[in-house]
Amino acid sequence: MTSPDYTKISQGIVYDPRNGIDGEIRDIWILDGRVVDPPADPSVRASKTIDASGLVVMPGGIDMHCHIAGPKVNVARKMRPEEKRRGEQMPRTNITHSGSMGSVPSTFATGYKYAALGYTTAFDAAIPPIAARHAHEEFEDTPCIDKGFYVLMGNNHYVMQSLMNNEPHKLKAFIAWLLTSTKGFAPKLVNPGGVEVWKSKQAGNVSGLDTKVDHFGVTPRQIICGVAQAAAELALPHPVHIHCNNLGMPGNWETTLETMRALNGYRGHITHIQFHSYGGGNGDENTFNSKVIPLVEYVNSHPNITVDVGQVLFGETTSMTGDGPLGYFLSKVYGGKWFSSDTEMESGCGITPIKYRNKSLVHALQWAIGLEWYLLVKDPWQVVMSTDHPNGGSFLAYPQIIRFLMDKTYRRDVLKTCPPAILERSTLWEIDREYTLNEIAIITRAGPARILGLNNKGHLGAGADADITIYTPHENKEVMFEMPRVVIKSGRVLVEQGDIRETLIGKTLHVQPSYDLDVETDIQEWFEKYYSISWRNYPVDLSYLYESCVIPTRRGS
Amino acid sequence: MTSGSTQAHAPTPTIPGELKVIHDATCTFCGCVCDDIELTVKDDHIIEAKRACALGKSWFLNHSVEDRPSCTIDGNPASLEQGYDRAAQILTNGKYPICYGLSDSPCEAQRVAVSIVDWINGTIDTTTSVCHGPSGMAFQGVGEVTCSLGEVANRGDMILFWGSNPAESHPRHFTKYSLMPKGMFLPNGRKDRTCVIVDVRRTKSAKAADIFIQIKPKKDFEALWTLRALAKGIELDPDLVHRETGVEFSVWSDLMDRMKACKFGVIFFGMGLTMTRGKHVNSEALLALTRDMNAHTRFVAKPNRGHGNVTGADNVVSWRTGYPFGVNHARGYPRFNPGEYTTSDTLANREADCAMMIACDPMANFSQPAREHLATIPYIALDTKETPTTRSAAVAFAVATYGINTGGTVYRMDDVPIPLRPAFASPHPSDYDVLTAIEVRVKKILGIT
Repeated sequence: MTSPDYTKISQGIVYDPRNGIDGEIRDIWILDGRVVDPPADPSVRASKTIDASGLVVMPGGIDMHCHIAGPKVNVARKMRPEEKRRGEQMPRTNITHSGSMGSVPSTFATGYKYAALGYTTAFDAAIPPIAARHAHEEFEDTPCIDKGFYVLMGNNHYVMQSLMNNEPHKLKAFIAWLLTSTKGFAPKLVNPGGVEVWKSKQAGNVSGLDTKVDHFGVTPRQIICGVAQAAAELALPHPVHIHCNNLGMPGNWETTLETMRALNGYRGHITHIQFHSYGGGNGDENTFNSKVIPLVEYVNSHPNITVDVGQVLFGETTSMTGDGPLGYFLSKVYGGKWFSSDTEMESGCGITPIKYRNKSLVHALQWAIGLEWYLLVKDPWQVVMSTDHPNGGSFLAYPQIIRFLMDKTYRRDVLKTCPPAILERSTLWEIDREYTLNEIAIITRAGPARILGLNNKGHLGAGADADITIYTPHENKEVMFEMPRVVIKSGRVLVEQGDIRETLIGKTLHVQPSYDLDVETDIQEWFEKYYSISWRNYPVDLSYLYESCVIPTRRGS
Repeated sequence: MTSGSTQAHAPTPTIPGELKVIHDATCTFCGCVCDDIELTVKDDHIIEAKRACALGKSWFLNHSVEDRPSCTIDGNPASLEQGYDRAAQILTNGKYPICYGLSDSPCEAQRVAVSIVDWINGTIDTTTSVCHGPSGMAFQGVGEVTCSLGEVANRGDMILFWGSNPAESHPRHFTKYSLMPKGMFLPNGRKDRTCVIVDVRRTKSAKAADIFIQIKPKKDFEALWTLRALAKGIELDPDLVHRETGVEFSVWSDLMDRMKACKFGVIFFGMGLTMTRGKHVNSEALLALTRDMNAHTRFVAKPNRGHGNVTGADNVVSWRTGYPFGVNHARGYPRFNPGEYTTSDTLANREADCAMMIACDPMANFSQPAREHLATIPYIALDTKETPTTRSAAVAFAVATYGINTGGTVYRMDDVPIPLRPAFASPHPSDYDVLTAIEVRVKKILGIT
C-alpha cells in the first residue's frame, strides 16, 4: 500500500483566529485538498514540503462582497473600452488565458488576480434571479477561486405580495425556492422597495423605511423584517445581506440605523456601510459629515449585526448597482454615460463611470468614513474588508487598505493631502488604533467565513479546505500583502510570487434549504401570469455548475 | 484547463414511429428566443410546432438532417479526425487568423471558439459587427436605459419602433412582448398602449401602429435630434424641421407630448436605424433621447436583435475579452477596434491569412473585396446547411442544429439566458464538439498545457 500523498507547510508563523492561533510556529498538513491532523505515525513523510519558516501563513482570503459576474458586470465590461487600452494588459501564457483589466476585469483576469492576491473565495453580491444562469456561465470562466452569489429579492413582486397579504409561510417557501432555483447562496436586499418605485415613475424611489411602495402598499421596513425572519427560520448560512435605502445621500445614517433596528434582533449583514453613514441634511453636500459613531455604537452592542465596509479609494472606477434610482442619481452627479436596466418582477440595475478625488471634500470624507468603520468596530468579527469592488475601488486595493489599518502614520500622511475641513467632520485623525496581523486575518478570512456560515473556510483546522496563503513579512504591509509568496487552493499550489503555476476552475457554493413544496403551485401561477419566459426554463440545473458545493443550513441539513 | 462545460440536455431518445412531445422548447430563429414552443417529433422530423410563428414553424418543420458528410476537406469527404487535424494546422499556420460568426451557436460553443482564438493570437468577431455593431459603439458612448421584455409586457404603455419591422422579422414580438399582452399594470393589453412606428417606408408593421411616421430616408439622425430638442424645450424652426425630416413639425411636437405623458415608454430599434447613414451616431441619438426622456417619465430603449444567439455572442466575447466584438489578440492580449478588427475589414484589407467561419455565410453577404480575399485563403466553415461559404472552405463541417438537435444556452435580445431543449439527435457533431476537438489539437500543436 502506498502512503497517502501529504503536503506539508512547514514551520510557518500561523495566523488562524478561529482556532485561537495568533502567530504561532506550526506545521500544516494537507491531504486530498483538505487540512488534516498531522499523521499519528511520526515516520510518515509528506510527499511535498513547502518550507514556510519565517513566513506568515493564513487561510485564503474571502471576499464576501464584490461584483465579478453576471449581467451588470458584463455590461460594465462592454461599456468601458476606454479604460482598458491604456491600463495593465493580461497576455495569455501557456497555462492561462488572456484577459483585460480596467476597473471591471474580464472573467479569467478576475480569477487570476484574486488568486495572485491570496484570495481563494469570492461572492458576487447582486444577481437578478432570471440571469442566474448567466452568472454561473461566467463563474465557470472565472478560474482559481470558489464562488457564489447573492440573489436580488428586495424588490421581488412575490416577496412584496406575500408581505402585503400577510402570508409569511409563502414568503419563506419563496425565498427557499428562489435560492434553490438559481443555485444562489443568500438573499440580497438592495434598496428594498425603492427599485420598484423607480420602475413606476420618473426619478421614483422610497425616502425612508416607512414609505409605502406603490401598488404593493408595503414598506421597506416590512421587507427587511419579513425577509430577515424568514431567512432565520430557514436557518440559511448567510441569512440576509442588506444594501440599505438611501445609499450615498447626506443624512442617510438614520435610515441605516432604522434598518438595523428593523432586523428585530434577527441576524443581518449590512453591506458597504461606508456609503450609508452620512450626516447632513436634505441632500445638501455642504453639510456632509461622518455619522459612524452613532452607528458603530449600535453595532458594538448588537452582535446580530455584521457589516462590510465598501472602502472608497482615490481614483477612477465604475459604479454598478442593483439600485436603479441610485444609478440615475450618480449619472446626474457625474454626467457621464449611464446604463440602467429594469428586470421584470425582480430588480433593477445602474452603471456609470465615477472618479473619487482626494481634493474633493465629499470623496475624502467617504474615504475617511470607511476607515473609521474598520477602526471603531470593537469586535473585528463583526466587520469585513471590502471595497464593494469595483464601486469603492478594485479588490486589488486590499493591500493598501491593510496598510491604512496597520500603520497610523501612513494613514495620517494621506489624510494630510485631503481638504482640512475633513478634520472637523470625521474622527479619523484622532484614532490611534492599529490592526494586528491576527485582526487582519479576522476581517479578511475568519470573519467572513463565520458570517457566511462556511465551516470549511477561513481557518486551518482539520477538515478545512486547503485554501492557504503564505506571505513574506515586510515592514510595509502593502508590500507584504500585494504579492503572496505562495497561494494554495484546494491543496494545489496555484501561485508563487505572483506567477500562476497551475489553474483550476473552482467550486460553486450554493444552498438548497427545504421548504413547503405546496407553495410552489402558487408561485407557478404567479410566475406564468407575469414572466416572459417559461416556468420550466427558469431554474438553473446542476449542469451549469462546474463543481457544486452545497453549504448546509445552520441546522445542518 | 477545459473551456466550456459539457453540453446539457442531450435530446431524449426517439423511438422509431412513435410521437414524442417536447414542451417549452426554445426557438432560436430570431432574437425573440420564444421558449414556449411545443414540438411534436416523429423519427427525425418535427411535425408540429405549437405557438411558433410563421418563421419559427418554418425553422422547425423544414428541418431535416442533411444527408452529406459531416466533414469535407477541399470538397472531398473526410473523416472528422482528418478534418480536426487539418483545421488545427490551418489555424496554427496562419499569421493573422480570424474567427467570425457565432451568433447561431449556443454559448457553450462560443466559449470554445474564443478560447481557440486566444491560443492562436487570432481575431474574434461576430455578426454583431454587421448588424447592431453601431449600437454597441453608441452604447460605449452614452450607455443605455433598457429593460427586460417582461417589463415591456407589464408596464410599457407607449411602444415605438424605429427602423424596425417586427411584423416580418420578429413575428411574435407584438403578441408575446410588446403590444398585445395583458400586463400587470396594463390589464387591457393593446387598448392600454399607444404604438408609434417611425420608418422610411410603410412596412408590414405599420398597420399595427396607432401613429405611423414616415421620415425621409437617411434622416433618422435629424428626426431623433428634433425629438431631443423638443424634450429639452429648445425652440426649433418648424420649416427647417419639416424640410429636413420630411415630417410636419406639429407631428413631432405631438409625439413628444405623448412621450412625456406616458408612464413607461419603450423604443425598439432595428437595422433601419443602425445600418443607414450615420450608423452609430443614429443609435447614439436614439439612446441619448431615451436617456433624456427619463427627466420627464420612465423611458427605455432596446435593439431588436436578429440572430437567435447574437446576444449570447456579445456576452461571451465580452466576459472573456472585455470587449463585445472585433477583438484582436495579435499581441497576446485582447484589443478592440471596430473598423479595423471587424471581419469585413480584415478581409477587405487583405490582412487575414486564414479563417474559421462559424454559422455564418460571408461568401453570400459580404462585400466583393471581402469575398474575393476570403476565396484566396484557407478557411474552416461550420454550418448546419450547405452554403456558398461551406462550398469554398478548405475544411467544412456539417454540424447539428442548436435547439433542434443539441442543447446549450442562448441569450434572448434582452440578455435573458434561456436553455435549449433539443428534439432529436443528429448524426452530425455539434459545433461545440467540433470546436472542442479543434481546440485540443491547437493546444497540442502550440504546446499549451
